[in-house]
Amino acid sequence: MTRKKRRLVLIGSALTVLAVAVALVLTALKDAIVFFNSPTDVAEKHIATGSRLRLGGLVKEGSVQRGDNMQVRFEVTDGKNSIRVAYQGLLPDLFREGQGVVTEGTLDGAGTFKADSVLAKHDEKYMPKEVADALKKQGHWKEDGGKSAATEPQGRTQ
Amino acid sequence: MIAELGHYALVLALGLALVQAVVPIYGARQNDPILMSVAGAAAVAQFLFVALAFGALVACYVTSDFSVTNVFENSHSAKPLIYKITGVWGNHEGSMLLWVLILSVFGALVALFGTNLPAKLKANVLAVQSWVAFAFYLFILTTSNPFLRMSPAPMEGRDLNPILQDPGLAIHPPLLYFGYVGFSISFSFAIAALIEGKIDAAWARWVRPWTLLAWMFLTAGIAMGSYWAYYTLGWGGWWFWDPVENASLMPWIAGTALLHSAVVMEKRNALKVWTILLAILAFSLSLVGTFLVRSGVLTSVHAFASDPARGVFILMILTLFIGGGLTLFAWRAPLLKQGGLFAPISREGALIFNNLLLLVACAAVFFGTLYPLALEALTGQKISVGAPFFNMTFGPLFAVLLVAVPFGPLLAWKRGDLLGVTQRLLGAAALGVIGIVVTFAVEGGGPVLVPFAFGLAIFVITGAVTDLIERTAFLKVPLGTAFARARGLPRSAWGTALAHIGLGVTLLGIVGETQLGTERIAELKPGQTISIRRYDLHFDDIVERRGPNYSEVAARFTVRRGGEVIGTMEPSKRSFPSRGSGTTESALMTRGVGQIYLSLGEANPDGSIAVRLYHKPLVLLIWLGAVVMVIGGGLSLSDRRLRIGAPKPARSKAVLQPAE
Repeated sequence: MTRKKRRLVLIGSALTVLAVAVALVLTALKDAIVFFNSPTDVAEKHIATGSRLRLGGLVKEGSVQRGDNMQVRFEVTDGKNSIRVAYQGLLPDLFREGQGVVTEGTLDGAGTFKADSVLAKHDEKYMPKEVADALKKQGHWKEDGGKSAATEPQGRTQ
Repeated sequence: MIAELGHYALVLALGLALVQAVVPIYGARQNDPILMSVAGAAAVAQFLFVALAFGALVACYVTSDFSVTNVFENSHSAKPLIYKITGVWGNHEGSMLLWVLILSVFGALVALFGTNLPAKLKANVLAVQSWVAFAFYLFILTTSNPFLRMSPAPMEGRDLNPILQDPGLAIHPPLLYFGYVGFSISFSFAIAALIEGKIDAAWARWVRPWTLLAWMFLTAGIAMGSYWAYYTLGWGGWWFWDPVENASLMPWIAGTALLHSAVVMEKRNALKVWTILLAILAFSLSLVGTFLVRSGVLTSVHAFASDPARGVFILMILTLFIGGGLTLFAWRAPLLKQGGLFAPISREGALIFNNLLLLVACAAVFFGTLYPLALEALTGQKISVGAPFFNMTFGPLFAVLLVAVPFGPLLAWKRGDLLGVTQRLLGAAALGVIGIVVTFAVEGGGPVLVPFAFGLAIFVITGAVTDLIERTAFLKVPLGTAFARARGLPRSAWGTALAHIGLGVTLLGIVGETQLGTERIAELKPGQTISIRRYDLHFDDIVERRGPNYSEVAARFTVRRGGEVIGTMEPSKRSFPSRGSGTTESALMTRGVGQIYLSLGEANPDGSIAVRLYHKPLVLLIWLGAVVMVIGGGLSLSDRRLRIGAPKPARSKAVLQPAE
């Protein structure tokens, strides 16, 4: 096989593998990406029920209700709007009223957010960046208030 | 006083680095052996001074000198001694100091053990190494100085983040850094070769042991980090496709590709340009990893503090070295001559295929890691790219690669016989198919992919064993002869087989843990029992205990299997008053290579406590596989030809190919 032919085979197979990879990435981008939203985004954007998203903000004071079988209901707020969240399972250690939280799940028809994971944060030093930004947007960010809220997603190494 | 001594030592190291960065290169151009020999002495001296600086910081921590800001922020007098020491690198400044310490270790190693390197190459390599060192010393001294004092000195420190108060901190970061930073040697070799415009098979032989060493450390470091995350976070997960994890995975993939392409270059004098590019890429990805983790673009345990000045500085280092390296590559690489010819179906071809898939998989991880950052910077849109994305992209690419793994070592150089190799792999394939059928039969329903993944893992393992059997002609010749042959096999052949077996073992563990595991979450009161698989866990009572710098609430469980007591488990929650936060300590019980995993959630007012209970079959194989890979790497590293070094004279005229 000549050098030229060998190069053609090489380039051909490289392009094939690359094309497959690009196709995989594009499909994954369509199906496997989750957008972050604040309660105000959810209220304004008319997000389709059933599509996955992340909802972040503060756990509204006095909103946490615990039911049987580890059912929990609470509201996530950014000061302007609040969204009701329903979750079943263990809550992270630092889940508290008035503190930052990021939940992931889907909206149901009644406007309740069915979360299947709740990330509160491990260390009180930081605020989740998404939540801090969302709060800043609504003008509810207080520098030291932010410090007392927490960031580290529980269950992540980072 | 000690802190000032450390600070001063670091400044001296900076000065030495500058000398080492300039003089040897000039010497190499002038062909002046004395100027060139400056490199070795400077590298060793640099190591001594950085070690002195590091030792000084350790001393500040051990003596709890809270007048040093860094110690005040990350230590506490009541902390156990081991965490006072490991706490040195449990923060941004200290971890950067560890980074440069390891960099200088590698520099000194090349200076001391690179005695058989050609003088010019050695001078250039050490000079390039010193450019990197210089940039990072400057970074530490200007933006992240660990030796700064504060006045008045506080009485007590703020303590280390409790989650880092774990033996894992003693092992994981040093291992990982040895891996990350080790690739700087491959990078320096590549740049030195480009500067000289000369590269040959001997070059590959010198680079390979360093790359292999770095790769072994990186493999061990990633595995250790994964196991640490697994037992410490209480969620039973061992890989989250988190950006910081990806930051360590990307150089690993590029390094793996580099190891394989360097083989082609060493044996066949082909793929030179490609190998150089990979060496630059592997270290570039290490730098990208350092940037992602240290710059504060990500919020995390690893990103200890975010200070924009640091991010910008690291970004500048990144641009300089990656940009400079690639520019030099684009300029000089065309001068390097192409090597030997080979057919697409051959060992070379297989190794190229390996490189292709590894790099594309690496690119997918790179894209998934950086896309959210780029998108947010450009549009303000916040997205999370999580496990599903990586499973859909990295997964299939790696699966294809794994199918090809057993074929590679069996193919002949230059022109291979795919049909013949397939025939020889029939046994392995048959075992794989049996694995598929058995899993189907045992599992019944369940995800279809599981049996195939098991079959693939078995194929990879038995395929590697097939290679060994073929080489020793085991069972074809008398047993004694086969053993003699086995002893006569180069250690690198054993290394290859072991590394590939390790890959299969890890895959077995991954499939077992993710697909066959079971999970239970419940709220229990003392006296109640929870069951998983055939294990019954009886919740005995709750005890309160005190540790050196924390208080702990532990739940005691007695584990029974078929009514028989097989042990106790004591998951607990610790709270650290100095930080006002706590950790969840899960309890693990190892059964064979599987584990039972128990961790605590919230305690309720009614006296019950939430627990998470997992049965994780085969889970230990994930990390055992990595250990097997590292052992394989070690065997390969001890191979005679890497120990003794490259053969010199006689043939060398024919092998060496000057660029011009």
